[in-house]
Amino acid sequence: LRGLNNLLFYRYRDLAPQLVPLDYTDKPDVTLPYELIGSMPELKDNPFRQRIAEVFSEDGDGNMTLDDFLDMFSVLSEMAPRDLKAYYAFKIYDFNNDDYICKSDLEKTVNKLTRNELTPEEVRLVCEKVIYEADLDNDGKLSLEDFQHMIIRAPDFLSTFHIRI
Amino acid sequence: ENCPRQNRSSNSFDEESLSEEELAMLMEQVEQRKKLISTMRNKPWRMVKKLSVLREAQAFVEKFEGALGKGKGKKLYAYKMMMAKKWVKFKRDFDNFKTQCIPWEMKIKEVESHFGSSVASYFIFLRWMYGVNLVLFGLIFGLVIIPEILMGMPYGSMPRKTVPRAEQATAMDFSVLWDFEGYIKYSALFYGYYNNQRTIGWLKYRLPMAYFMVGISVFGYSLMVVIRSMARNANQSTADGDDDNFIFSWKMFTSWDYLIGNPETADNKFASITTGFKESIVDEQESNKDENIHLRRFLRVLANVLIICCLCGSGYLIYFVVKRSQTFSKMQNVGWYERNEVEIVMSLLGMFCPPLFETIAALENYHPRIGLKWQLGRIFALFLGNLYTFLLALMDDVNEKLAEEDVVKNITRWMLLGHHNSSMGNSSADTPPPLDPADVPRGPCWETTVGIEFVRLTVSDILVTYVTILVGDFIRACFVRFVNYCWCWDLEAGFPSYAEFDISGNVLGLVFNQGMIWMGSFYAPGLVGINVLRLLTSMYFQCWAVMSSNVPHERVFKASKSNNFYMGLLLLILFLSLLPVAYTIMSLPPSFDCGPFSGKKRMYEVIQETIELDFPLFIAKIFSYMANPGLIIPAILLMVNSLRKIPIKLKINQHPSTCLKLLTHVNLNKNDQLL
Repeated sequence: LRGLNNLLFYRYRDLAPQLVPLDYTDKPDVTLPYELIGSMPELKDNPFRQRIAEVFSEDGDGNMTLDDFLDMFSVLSEMAPRDLKAYYAFKIYDFNNDDYICKSDLEKTVNKLTRNELTPEEVRLVCEKVIYEADLDNDGKLSLEDFQHMIIRAPDFLSTFHIRI
Repeated sequence: ENCPRQNRSSNSFDEESLSEEELAMLMEQVEQRKKLISTMRNKPWRMVKKLSVLREAQAFVEKFEGALGKGKGKKLYAYKMMMAKKWVKFKRDFDNFKTQCIPWEMKIKEVESHFGSSVASYFIFLRWMYGVNLVLFGLIFGLVIIPEILMGMPYGSMPRKTVPRAEQATAMDFSVLWDFEGYIKYSALFYGYYNNQRTIGWLKYRLPMAYFMVGISVFGYSLMVVIRSMARNANQSTADGDDDNFIFSWKMFTSWDYLIGNPETADNKFASITTGFKESIVDEQESNKDENIHLRRFLRVLANVLIICCLCGSGYLIYFVVKRSQTFSKMQNVGWYERNEVEIVMSLLGMFCPPLFETIAALENYHPRIGLKWQLGRIFALFLGNLYTFLLALMDDVNEKLAEEDVVKNITRWMLLGHHNSSMGNSSADTPPPLDPADVPRGPCWETTVGIEFVRLTVSDILVTYVTILVGDFIRACFVRFVNYCWCWDLEAGFPSYAEFDISGNVLGLVFNQGMIWMGSFYAPGLVGINVLRLLTSMYFQCWAVMSSNVPHERVFKASKSNNFYMGLLLLILFLSLLPVAYTIMSLPPSFDCGPFSGKKRMYEVIQETIELDFPLFIAKIFSYMANPGLIIPAILLMVNSLRKIPIKLKINQHPSTCLKLLTHVNLNKNDQLL
């Protein structure tokens, strides 16, 4: 874990060497703006990079301190346990931060995934199917339990929700 | 903050005044803190919070752990705790070091970001195989080959180690060496070189025993490593993969591959996700359509019949060709084609039958995932059938050679007699000068022949694979790229376009190659070395080929949810390659004049001999009692039973814990918010 943290610190510093000091013993209060984070090669092609940065940043705006940065990559690494990943995946896909993945969140997700190439009718159908499949308590939106119950069984979840750095 | 604070504990840090009750409560708190430290990773808190809680808990444990030992035992307890902590730290540092030593990590990451996790999983599998083969090579090289070379009799001192007089003229020719005859045949690479001396050198190294035990431990180690890998994969895979209940949800939340770091790949992924959604929508709307069941069933039966015909045809072809090669080997002037006919035919069958199966399977109209499973099963049957037919034909050859041995023994006797008489006539010495080893007539060493066949098969398989990649991927890519400028239709979009990386074909190739290595390594100790070289070059060559000539897949259908499908195949192949080797060890007599077991009636007699001569008497008695079938059969049944239970246990472990975790997780979240 320490080796990974070292590597991550140097990656963080490489984003803005003039802002990030080499010496972190007196806990400097350094925050890198979202634009720098979102331009990392590992994240720049990811349609959800803004949400990822927002979820892990302290202020919720995508501006990340070193601790947020370490948090993010350790959750997205190979070694993070499945339940932890599911918890954060839920937060990423919850665009309006209301602790539920509602229809509008689903629509936003589909549109990001297909770059708006599906017709509105198709988008509506997909969102309805997802709610039908995963909503266990029948409130028309996905709570954390619904989401986790569905994602735990997914064969590809661990291998796709993974960033190697 | 999760447990009530004990005010007294901070004041009364004084051994005598701690009562039993206080000690017990203190111990409980220390245990709680320790558990918190070990589960810290799973908590969904921020890193800052985790670090501060961790430090506090660690300080608490350190301060009070020493105090828990009672009276005089306190120092020993504190010492034990300190050693335990040092050991944990050492293990962690060692694990970190091991992670840094893993080779090719950057290369695989590059492939992963361009092609996704499926293609990268092939390279990870290749790397794992390389590691296993490296260990096997170390075993064989260190315990069998090196002792024989260093401490055994040198080349030329014995008949089995010398090229016969008749062959010496051509023994260094490249064409002879390429067929693994000549000097290579009489080297430590093959079974026939090894001497049957019970102990060699000043170390009294028991070489025949070592040879036998290494042969068995090759299988034992491989078995252990494969099962361990399957168990580890089983922890990650989910219970039912063919779950149709969450198609759309999974498509939405797990289709984006977060590893993608390349705009071209991302474009491909977006396109494939869009196509995937559209197809699922269409499937959903069409699922009520009525199909003609009878026509479908008839077509499927027809397809299976055709494929069985193909399989039988290919088996017969191989048998025929092997028989022909035996008659060729007796003829004098054989061309290059006749010498290599068997390997060429087997490689060609392996190249052309799978696409043939795919074409026939178009009749069946299965869902692509199910169709892929059928295809893999058929390829598996093809390779297995071919290999076993090859082995059967080889067995005929072996039996012939065994019959020949008696004839050779007679010839040798007459020849020695003749030599004795002639040399007695010339000199008056009592003992005749010994016959030059190159002139002694040799028995047909069937084990070396079998070893040579396997080595040649492996080498031709390697060559065919590399040539296929070069032509099928690289030259095709060059053609499409450069000829596209002056061609009537768009080569890149239509036929033939760039090749996609055939994951299942490559993985199967690797698995079968390993099966051949396992079968042949008992008779050709050098075969594992050749395989190590092959895997090493494959890694670099295929990485280059993938990055330069392949395009990412448009649609990915995995054959299985985890790697366990291929691990299961590997396990099956391991058992199937163990069978012929076990059969030959148990029931065929070793050659009388070559190899470490020459002179014995059966190869496994070396164990009895070692026990009788090297161990004290009572151990021999114990072994003779243990060798009773009445004991062995129940032991084997017990082992099989416990092996069967492992995957069941792992599955049971998954379900209740995930349910519990969900509940505790929700509770913890609520507690966090309250705090």
